Amino acid sequence: MLSVRSLQLGYGAISAVRDLDLEVSPGELVAVIGANGAGKTTTLNGIAGALPVRAGSILLDGEDITRVPVHQRVGRGMSLVPEGRGIFARLTVAENLDMGAYLRRDPVGVRADLARNYALFPRLAERRSQLAGTLSGGEQQMLAIARALMARPRLLLLDEPSMGLAPLVTRLIFDTIRAIAAERVSILLVEQNARAALELAARAYVLESGEVTLSGPSEGLLTSDAVRRAYLGE
Amino acid sequence: MLGSIYALVALGYTMVYGILGLINFAHGEVVMIGAMVAISVVLAIGTGGLPAPIVLLAGVAVSIPACMLLGALLERVAYRPLRDAPRLTALITAIGMSIVLQNLAMIAWGRQYLSFPPLLPNEPHAFLGATVTGTQLLIVALTVSLMGALLLLINRTRLGRAMRATSQSPALAGLMGVDVNRIIMLTFMLGSALAAVAGIMIAGYYGQAHYYMGFMLGLKAFTAAVLGGIGNVSGAMLGGLALGVIESLGAGYIGALTGGFLGSHYQDVFAFAVLILVLVFRPSGLLGERVADRA
Repeated sequence: MLSVRSLQLGYGAISAVRDLDLEVSPGELVAVIGANGAGKTTTLNGIAGALPVRAGSILLDGEDITRVPVHQRVGRGMSLVPEGRGIFARLTVAENLDMGAYLRRDPVGVRADLARNYALFPRLAERRSQLAGTLSGGEQQMLAIARALMARPRLLLLDEPSMGLAPLVTRLIFDTIRAIAAERVSILLVEQNARAALELAARAYVLESGEVTLSGPSEGLLTSDAVRRAYLGE
Repeated sequence: MLGSIYALVALGYTMVYGILGLINFAHGEVVMIGAMVAISVVLAIGTGGLPAPIVLLAGVAVSIPACMLLGALLERVAYRPLRDAPRLTALITAIGMSIVLQNLAMIAWGRQYLSFPPLLPNEPHAFLGATVTGTQLLIVALTVSLMGALLLLINRTRLGRAMRATSQSPALAGLMGVDVNRIIMLTFMLGSALAAVAGIMIAGYYGQAHYYMGFMLGLKAFTAAVLGGIGNVSGAMLGGLALGVIESLGAGYIGALTGGFLGSHYQDVFAFAVLILVLVFRPSGLLGERVADRA
């Protein structure tokens, strides 16, 4: 599905991600864990096209999309749920969802997906004509995820979906992610909450100062001493 | 009447500001060029054979695309390369573009006033106790319909939604698949089309146009946009109409108020007094920033 090879990303004189290799197979849920500032968000932005790639390549379904501009990557089946609940605060909930389906030309399918999203997130259905900026943090995160689903992505990129949310809401969001993965959507999940991410994902990468230091099946990482000490607080 | 023209021009300022955070000071010059192009077309066709409305429509039909092209060109050549530059750099560039366009117009059309042939009906009618001409009625009716169409476009269509999304966050809009550069260029073109209409209206109403006419008009329309709340489309409409009324009433009563010391040629004072008062007491304008963003 997604194949990232020797990716280099940075801002100005700062090199944020070095030599990153990463794979997501079709239908797989893969996590990237690491501390604040390890380069997790940078990696996702680079993959989504929001940040120019300095070196390396990004392949989606075997096609090189490294130089494809950000707005054309959505059409190729990739949707990013940005960090910090990136929603359009001054658009209504319904308009936000319409923006998610911006490139789609099948009104019937869009209506069906809208109904499915409202069934998945009843809170959003209740608030469909409210401005998105008036939603609670958890509702905004749900809206961001629902909006990404409106593009009917084959690969969903999730950036810190639990950030700043109460534990109960976090559990709800993670249950939703599990439900999306069950529908064979490939997911690349970036999380600071390492335990939750590892419990959800089949495989994971550990990112430290812009480099992958460990990777493998989640069970292995959950029991690895290095991970337990550094990220699970044991 | 004057207010509706201010409103049309103010829309161009406010739409570009809403999407880029840039005050496009060259916008007044787009209005001027709209008027000049229309006059040139009308004079070239001549008023002899064809009926007046056809001649006028021909002028409009050439002037609007010309201004849209100019708007697109301004965006592409002057502002896009500065998209990530500090705001002041873009602002100074806008002032520079305004001077460049004025001088180009002076070279192309000369320094003299061009007169707009009397194509519009000018006989007075009694209307609700006031005396108005057919031209005035036409201008108001056209402006109102254009504004209605614009509001529909912005609030009800996919393009309008993309414009609003881009104005809130270009990065996020890009992630939705919106070609942000295209939306910004279309915003300039839309504003410029309205500017062309405004330019033709004002030239038709006063019967003349001049390479310098965009300067004062631009400043007043900018005042109208600030009065309504810059970045707010309905605000620009309200601000334009309000400014027109304030100016007309002010010009009418200033003589009486000052015992004949100041005359109606002090009309321009009112627009800028309004600008200063708004900036001091309500910088967000009449309709600005009603909605607080959470998170």
